[in-house]
Amino acid sequence: MGLLSKKDAALITDPLADNNPITIQVLGICSALAITAELQASIVMSISVLFVLGVGNVVISLMRNIIPSKIRIIVQLIVVATLVIIVDQVLKAFAYDLSKTLSVFIGLIITNCIIMGRFEAFALGNGPWKSFLDGIGNALGYAVILIIVGFFRELFGSGTLLGFKVLGDPIEKTGLYALGYENNGFMLLSPMALIVVGIIIWVQRTRNKALIED
Amino acid sequence: MSKKTDSNLYTVLFAIGMVLVVGALLAFTASSLRPTIDANKRIEKQQNILYAMGVNENDETSVEFVSKDKVADEFAKYIKKQLVIEGDKVSEDDKAYLIDVKKQKTRAKEGKTRKLPLFIGEKEGKTYYIAPIRGKGLWDAIWGFVAMDKNMVVQGVFFDHKGETPGLGANIKQRYFMDDFTGEDLMNGDAFKGIAVSKSNNDPKNEDKTDNEVDAIAGATITGDGVAAMIKSELGLYVPYFKTLK
Repeated sequence: MGLLSKKDAALITDPLADNNPITIQVLGICSALAITAELQASIVMSISVLFVLGVGNVVISLMRNIIPSKIRIIVQLIVVATLVIIVDQVLKAFAYDLSKTLSVFIGLIITNCIIMGRFEAFALGNGPWKSFLDGIGNALGYAVILIIVGFFRELFGSGTLLGFKVLGDPIEKTGLYALGYENNGFMLLSPMALIVVGIIIWVQRTRNKALIED
Repeated sequence: MSKKTDSNLYTVLFAIGMVLVVGALLAFTASSLRPTIDANKRIEKQQNILYAMGVNENDETSVEFVSKDKVADEFAKYIKKQLVIEGDKVSEDDKAYLIDVKKQKTRAKEGKTRKLPLFIGEKEGKTYYIAPIRGKGLWDAIWGFVAMDKNMVVQGVFFDHKGETPGLGANIKQRYFMDDFTGEDLMNGDAFKGIAVSKSNNDPKNEDKTDNEVDAIAGATITGDGVAAMIKSELGLYVPYFKTLK
């Protein structure tokens, strides 16, 4: 037997494609639109969500039998907010430069619906190990979409990837720019992120007809 | 059958317990990390001031500060004087870099006199006057340091922000934007004019340094306007001091 049973492995692999939190569950769209103008920002946000969702799911799962159902949403919010504040403080103390890049994303994590969605839909009803895998899986599924969107937006919007000029220099007119190519400023605006996400959804549903709802 | 966790008493007790535990945890984290975080902020300020006057570890396109372990020595080596300007009074204070510009701006709004820090640096025989600035971007605060010569011609800048959009407003801390300011004249003859961040700039390579404008960042109009406004309102306050240097 491998490290993970078939069921456990599915917790990680399902959210990557057929049960993707952004394209199928339609959660976490706001942050996918807000921060994907740069590939680096997409990667950083993905790592932050990976940590908060992985740990948060375990914490909620451990507390699942003692949380009063009437205030469970507030308890979930407190758990995610506490985790986010602690992560932010620890980074400020020990990785100050990184914390400055992350600060805007860390704040956004609190409002990320995927986190509350997974707490509510999975961690409240399953054990810590399964919840951990579910958290990691969903965060990875979120990361895949963020990175794809960030890749296209930065490439066509700024002509760069991770800050490196890959299409040439727009001011000196070298590379593709010498042939008359111009950066598409619209790619850097949020509506274009929605269109890119829409295209991903379209491609995904064309390839797998089972995903199409009646 | 209702579970015991559904009763009102349990819910209230659970809420109180949770608040106590979370409160204690956060208070402990915050208080134990406070000294380290404050030290980081002090180091960052020194790095920013040195960056503005050109003491940094940049290569062609990067923004690299003097490393953390060296910054205190370099700061002492290059920054010769730290002044505090308060109305007509100018005094020396070797902790002027710790003055909180945000608090001073609030004091000014309340009608009290504002302390304006100014750092005088020397590098390769040239004197730099470095002033901190602070203003509003699109989402949150933006701030920076501007190094000038005694005629108020910009010698270097460093900008930073709290929450501007990555890829758009956040690009005010990129080299291609900051480098454009070097050489720009803040004065227009005898009058203080500031530097406009212009969308309709016909000079994208920024070759004209006397037009009081630099090229804007596409898609970041409000952050760019914020930079121009902060330069105008904050550096304008230093004009009387610079006039005494002539």
